Amino acid sequence: MPERYIVVGGGLAGLMTVIKLAEAGKHVDVFSIVPVKRSHSVCAQGGINGAVNTKGEGDHPDIHVKDTLKGGDFLAEQPPVKGMCYAAPHIIYLLDRMGVPFNRTSEGLLDFRRFGGTLHNRTAFAGASTGQQLLYALDEQVRRHEAEGLVRKYEYWEYLSFVKDETGACRGIVAVDLRTMEIQAFPADAVCLATGGPGIVYGRSTNSTINTGSANGRSYMDGAIYANAEFIQVHPTAIPGEDKHRLMSESARGEGGRIWVPKKKGDTRIGKDIPENERWYFLEEKYPHYGNLVPRDVGSREIFSVVKDLGMGVGGEDVVYLDVSHIPAATLDRKLGGIMEIYEKFQGVDPRHNPMKIFPAVHYSMGGLWVDYEADAKGNLLKDSPRQQTTNIPGLYAAGECDFGYHGANRLGANSLLSCIYGGMICGPAMINYAKNAAPKKGDVPQALLGGARQYWVERFNTIMKMDGPENPYVIGQQMGEMMVKAATVVKHNPQLDEALTRLQEFKDRWKRCNVLDTGRTLNQGVTYVNQLWNMLEIAHLILKCSRLRDESRGSHYKPEFTLPKVEQGKKPAEDPVFMKAWQDRNEKWLRNSMSTWTPDGPRVEFQKLKSLDNPILAPEPRHYD
Amino acid sequence: MTDRKVVVRIERSDPARWEEFHVEYRPNANVISVLMQIQRNPVTADGKKTSPPVWDAACLEEVCGSCTMNINGKVRQACSALIDQLTQPITLQPMKKFPLVRDLAVDREKMFNALKRIHGWIPVDGTYDLGPGPRQAQEDQEINYVLSTCMTCGCCLEVCPQVGPTTAFIGAAAISQARLFNNHPTGKMNADERLRALMGPGGVTDCGKAANCAQACPKGIPLTSSIAEMARATTRQALKDWFFRDERKGGAGPAG
Repeated sequence: MPERYIVVGGGLAGLMTVIKLAEAGKHVDVFSIVPVKRSHSVCAQGGINGAVNTKGEGDHPDIHVKDTLKGGDFLAEQPPVKGMCYAAPHIIYLLDRMGVPFNRTSEGLLDFRRFGGTLHNRTAFAGASTGQQLLYALDEQVRRHEAEGLVRKYEYWEYLSFVKDETGACRGIVAVDLRTMEIQAFPADAVCLATGGPGIVYGRSTNSTINTGSANGRSYMDGAIYANAEFIQVHPTAIPGEDKHRLMSESARGEGGRIWVPKKKGDTRIGKDIPENERWYFLEEKYPHYGNLVPRDVGSREIFSVVKDLGMGVGGEDVVYLDVSHIPAATLDRKLGGIMEIYEKFQGVDPRHNPMKIFPAVHYSMGGLWVDYEADAKGNLLKDSPRQQTTNIPGLYAAGECDFGYHGANRLGANSLLSCIYGGMICGPAMINYAKNAAPKKGDVPQALLGGARQYWVERFNTIMKMDGPENPYVIGQQMGEMMVKAATVVKHNPQLDEALTRLQEFKDRWKRCNVLDTGRTLNQGVTYVNQLWNMLEIAHLILKCSRLRDESRGSHYKPEFTLPKVEQGKKPAEDPVFMKAWQDRNEKWLRNSMSTWTPDGPRVEFQKLKSLDNPILAPEPRHYD
Repeated sequence: MTDRKVVVRIERSDPARWEEFHVEYRPNANVISVLMQIQRNPVTADGKKTSPPVWDAACLEEVCGSCTMNINGKVRQACSALIDQLTQPITLQPMKKFPLVRDLAVDREKMFNALKRIHGWIPVDGTYDLGPGPRQAQEDQEINYVLSTCMTCGCCLEVCPQVGPTTAFIGAAAISQARLFNNHPTGKMNADERLRALMGPGGVTDCGKAANCAQACPKGIPLTSSIAEMARATTRQALKDWFFRDERKGGAGPAG
């Protein structure tokens, strides 16, 4: 029997995995809760990084490796990062060959722009909707394989769980057809989860409504290890909204956008009427080298501090200005058109002539399902090794935002599109290798195993369908989101985290008294939401628990009570022995991944040393940007 | 402010009915945030408990196309429909040119099938490292970028008089996508396949030139230009195919 492959999720990581499998002549079933063309990757705006070095800056993949590792405060395993950065120029060329309408130079070459956390022009872009354009290119290639009969799409199907055999290996999945509510089990020798991040756990974020993290939450409950849950990226610049916070790409600053607040507290003039010398460009002042392009965690903390600690938000509100109005309108349209339109459409103000009002918002999860890698002594990934991207469950793989690799404690802008595609590129061959050589009885999954897995979910859905308690699940979801934003975003405090953990238990109790609100047998969103909500509560629990346990500040995880001492004025970190001692002590204790295993009483968390740090490609160094 | 209400009437299915909801007004609200308010309190204006209306959504930034519906009789995305800019009562109806799934959710699969018909992809040799793609002028990029922002939302089909339950017209979106791939230096190499896919029943000649599509397109894609260009190109291709019919051996047939 030929091997069978399943990919769950149709964003960049999932589709790239599908392409790699189909290109090898394998038949793939791909499951997605929305038509794959509508996946969350469309929301990525600014671009994709690759050290192609077209601007005479001497850029090199090694510098990209260093920027990425330093950006994540060295909490990423190094060989996968090296593999990704070295593959990046080729990935950009591949996308170009697939027809992505990247912006061009006057010579007709790919254009590159600046992004945060680097001093190089390294980001290829297609207007300001690069993610959309990349996703469409992969969607088109998958459609081609679909037309050839290699790919079968299950759109409007939701993953419920993987099927585990008596040895603990993954042998398929159970999924529900969202339109007919029919539940089925599908056999497979290797399964890839490419199900994205959990932004909706925070209620409103920059994420799509589909980014519940539910598939991850459930897989964790079923035994997959979840790593570094506490690292949630808050993007510095988003438009606060009622339904979601809409991203204003970092590329706005990459193209010269500036962040400021009026120098006079509570200034009531409108932004464009405030003269230059009465504006406080606080990022440029504090970080003369990187300016507005400091990494995202740094940017978000500074904005937070200006607004919350100093009370200097525009008009006394929780917003600061992001200003591109000094850039010619034609340039803005050519390079940032997509986001100019978003601001205009949703705020009714033309950002070409008025500074935009923005505020940090939850954006990306560095943490996710733990995945392995295999490398040689020089830190080069072994080609096609079945260990690349594998979770601790044999046969279960993960790629994209849903895995924990590549970004450490903070992700650099324009590295997410890259990590999604690279993850998929190495995940496909790894799955083939596993399925051919290591999987139990390839292609032949016992009917009893599949039937039992299906029956569990039929019964669970029947139980949920009968829930008629007093609690509205959408209200629980909203309140959980508000709590999470308060307790676990830019600044974290242990007493608040303890309180949130107590409240989380209350939410879990309330979940049991939910009302499903809908008894329909077609597209019953009540049933699926109630099921997702429990899995979201599990992810929330992980984020809170790991945040509580990690008593340090690193990347996006910031506890004021646990920060490093300031480097002595006028000195570099390495010249200040007091600082260096504290930095080394901190790393000894905390330069570790939090590894969470589900138990009925909550996550069991262990802090494990990174295996690549025994023989690092790059020795960790203090993370300073000033 | 607190007693200001938003009045919204929703066309629902199973059984077919209209339901009216009154929700609290909030600044910056859009149709999606109002639908979310209803989810949290699914009670009609006359105090009757009901199930929350069903709708499709994902990105909420008008780049995914999911939440397309008829709002006050006009097809558009619900996420970018701001309450302050809508006349009340606001009516929400599903798209009418696609099979209804439930309430405001419809099945737009035929649009994705149309992309298969027109061979909507660049036939790359593989994902191996084959170096950079072809050079392109920034001018061409600017044209193709706009065409490539099509999110398969279906607004152009919804307003097209030629699209209906018994007609086969492929619609503006797929025709414009054929133009996109035929403009690309590599895609050009098999432009003839896409053009032949646009010939025959349901093809580009079924366009009635009502030009509603370009007006309805939320992304401002020049759909009527795309149709005109593809119509000219298919005519040229048909002539070429006829003149050189002896040289053509098999090849891709009319429907690909």
